[in-house]
Amino acid sequence: MITKASNPNFVATRNACKMCTPLGACLAFAGIEKCLPFLHGSQGCSTYIRRYLISHFREPMDIASSNFGEQAAIFGGQANLSQGLSNVIQGYNPKVIGLATTCLSETIGDDVPMFLHEFAAEHPGEALPVMIHASTPSYTGSHADGYVEAIRATVATIAEGGERDVKLVDVLPGIVSPADLRHLREIVKAFGLEPIVLPDYSDRLDGPSWAEYRRIPEGGTPLEDIRRMGTAAAALDLGTAAKDNATAGAVLAKKFGVTRHRIGLPIGVRASDALFEALESISGQPTPEAFVAERGRLVDSYVDAHKYVFGKRAIVYGDEDMVAAMSGFLAEIGVMPVLCASGGKSGTLADAIASAAPGLAEMPEVIEGVDFEDLTEAAESVSADLIVGHSKGYKLARELDLPLVRVGLPIHDRFGAARMLHVGYEGTQQLFDRIVNTLLESKQDLSEMGYTYL
Amino acid sequence: MNPTPDDIQILEARKAQVHTKGAAPFQLACEKHSVAGAVSQRACVFCGSRVVLYPITDALHLVHGPVGCAAYTWDIRGSQSSGPQLHRMSFSTDLREKDVIYGGEKKCEAALMELIQRYQPKAAFVYATCIVGLIGDDLEAVCRRVTERTGIDVIPVHSEGFAGSKKDGYSAACRAIDHLVGTSDAPPPPGPSINILGDFNIAGETWLIREYYERMGLNVIATITGDGRVDDIRRSHQAQLNVVQCSGSIKGLAQIMKKDYDIPFMHVSYFGLEDMSKALYDVAEHFNDPAMMVKAQALVRDEISAVMPELRKYREALQGKKAAVYTGGAFKAFSLVRSLRTLGVKTVIAGSQTGNPQDYLKLESLCDEGTVLLDDTNPLELAKFIDQTGADLLIGGVKERPIAYKLGVAFCDHNHERKDCLAGYVGMLNFAREVYSSVCSPVWSLTPRQRRTRDGQTAPLPKPIPAPPKPYLRRVRTAPKPKSNLTPLTLGGLEVTA
Repeated sequence: MITKASNPNFVATRNACKMCTPLGACLAFAGIEKCLPFLHGSQGCSTYIRRYLISHFREPMDIASSNFGEQAAIFGGQANLSQGLSNVIQGYNPKVIGLATTCLSETIGDDVPMFLHEFAAEHPGEALPVMIHASTPSYTGSHADGYVEAIRATVATIAEGGERDVKLVDVLPGIVSPADLRHLREIVKAFGLEPIVLPDYSDRLDGPSWAEYRRIPEGGTPLEDIRRMGTAAAALDLGTAAKDNATAGAVLAKKFGVTRHRIGLPIGVRASDALFEALESISGQPTPEAFVAERGRLVDSYVDAHKYVFGKRAIVYGDEDMVAAMSGFLAEIGVMPVLCASGGKSGTLADAIASAAPGLAEMPEVIEGVDFEDLTEAAESVSADLIVGHSKGYKLARELDLPLVRVGLPIHDRFGAARMLHVGYEGTQQLFDRIVNTLLESKQDLSEMGYTYL
Repeated sequence: MNPTPDDIQILEARKAQVHTKGAAPFQLACEKHSVAGAVSQRACVFCGSRVVLYPITDALHLVHGPVGCAAYTWDIRGSQSSGPQLHRMSFSTDLREKDVIYGGEKKCEAALMELIQRYQPKAAFVYATCIVGLIGDDLEAVCRRVTERTGIDVIPVHSEGFAGSKKDGYSAACRAIDHLVGTSDAPPPPGPSINILGDFNIAGETWLIREYYERMGLNVIATITGDGRVDDIRRSHQAQLNVVQCSGSIKGLAQIMKKDYDIPFMHVSYFGLEDMSKALYDVAEHFNDPAMMVKAQALVRDEISAVMPELRKYREALQGKKAAVYTGGAFKAFSLVRSLRTLGVKTVIAGSQTGNPQDYLKLESLCDEGTVLLDDTNPLELAKFIDQTGADLLIGGVKERPIAYKLGVAFCDHNHERKDCLAGYVGMLNFAREVYSSVCSPVWSLTPRQRRTRDGQTAPLPKPIPAPPKPYLRRVRTAPKPKSNLTPLTLGGLEVTA
């Protein structure tokens, strides 16, 4: 039985377990080559989001703002937007500007598509950057929705059709780490296929030290590749929380007839199998030996450590897609997800968990639209052994005196978030090792004997 | 092609906010709305209010708006409390689409009633964000009603993000605090007394400063913006002097209190040996009490002689290095230029987000010829001038950090997110250690820009200066609470007992 929290939430959100919609859009736009994210709203939105993401990735994250003043709030933000676009073009020379709205510009009803059209008309004959407009008022959805919408808008604006390229695969990865993006690309390539990963912030948000300053760091999905996405043989549309017609995968399928594989994030053996099976069917090739071997080692390690983890009870929170995938993975290693929660509110989380974790006889308590105080109250009755989620759950972990295995975004209190691998057999292996070691460390720390062999 | 420093052009609309000392008669435009598309490092009006009020630890802080503004300011500062931790919670009305259409007043009122009942705060601040003004919520009326219903002061903060700049947010916060000032009729303490304004108790700095003043025989009534308490603020009008640091943020309150209660105020800074000592001497001088001055002199002598031997070693290692300084308020920049000079480091770039014309005149007079002065700058300009001046170190906040690191330049966090005490005498020592540990790290010799700018030659590493040993902290963990009852597990269809 899937249970939902029965206690009514507080009216106020107390320690939110989500970020706002424009943050997701900025992250997604940072994964397009030579694209500068641009927020149409107050200066604070871009500055706060920059700071939040810099603390996670430890990389430059420039986001422009149209910087509304009172005049703009009353008379509309067109003049600010035009000036901002001109300055960004001069300062950054971007190929693409990813424009996301905020609660302010949406509430006053700015007609952004018209503003962009008029901006282009005022600059005849100039090679302007491609403008992508994502509507992301922060009073609808969460950062996860902003991310999906930015990618949908990108594909809807840029992708073109054409002759089908049977070797081409579009990868829509969801909110994952730079390491995950690199690994997904590697997996698709290993099947003799050409991946177009959108967004791909793997280099930009986990890049090298520089000899000269970069206005916009290198990396990201090239514009030319995004254009070709409509000709792909298939699209791997990872994540299931977004509405079926809301993702870029839906646009690719509907507009260009690209075969869409909508599967959960590939975390765990079974979820990764689903990815590899999809690639086998797209390529007509068997899974390459190296990955078969990886899978073999992973299952072998499951066996070696099964007794350390069996029957442990976990609290899982974060983005809905991450929570569903983590729950499936934990269930397959014998850890019981007992409380699964997200600040997102798609209405599908319980079903996604049920489908990712079919082996569970007893379904966890599932709370959507959760905040950390609701979660703390719910957690008190589940007697958990560990917590799996991003770093905003540290207070919860401290209060419950439980170990926290950090996954996803944001990670503000540990080093190396960008290099944390979650997906595929390899990512699962790293997660599994971390979880086992966390439980061993906990046991060792609490043991009077201080055993040296475990 | 990646830009050389000269390729990065200053935007036309920004040119008046950049000045190189000595290149032309001094003129620096400031106090302007940030240029759209310039990627300012500033935040908004809401941010200004939130940072000033944040350290009032026993008040409820409710952000009325969509979730982002509250989410990004959750436990964001290193401001410590000796008691209540309520300020570290992030409360938002998390407005949704229907609230935007039908108005958010009811939700705000319901949220306040519930939160006040649950957390029993001494007062509540309700922050208006961008859309609150637009959808026409009457925040004053909501606060008035909740005050009547609960009997606690519920104070609206007019901090709509677009309604000005961060500085306007400071003023809104000062007006909000003023609601509480003078509302207690407790008897005033005997002897000379002060309020500490504009120290944010980052890593316990206010406690350190308070202790200095107490050693001089002063009573500290309220530490308003650091480990602040509502009841202390209520009786802060009893103080004989307001000692104001970070003048941009809290001077407004000192001015109000001067007008309403005739309390004089003075500007001070607690960063660096010179400014810290001057603060203590100025306060002693204000009270015109020779005994207090003698105590201040003794304190300064003792504290400086305790830190000087170690500081000298850092100075030796850092002599001749060049620094870029970019701060929120300009007052901190003054102290940093002086502190760096104490360490033998020359400031080659100095700027702030919110300085005013007087601030910049002073900053210019403190700096050497050739120093680049910047108002409300941005990542591209900082990168350009760091590259051009060959700065070895950038002092700023988290948003500036990647600019330095990507260029292979050392960085010192002097913003409110830091966790190390940089104020007072011990703070100067910590500052020197931090600058030294970044500037003199061996990692720079591996970075591409250092290799390029030094022709592959890396500077010889200075001899490491060992920091004094810290007491060994034993790792302590408590055993978990015993689980109340062992529930049977059902896993994969099998029933087992844990």
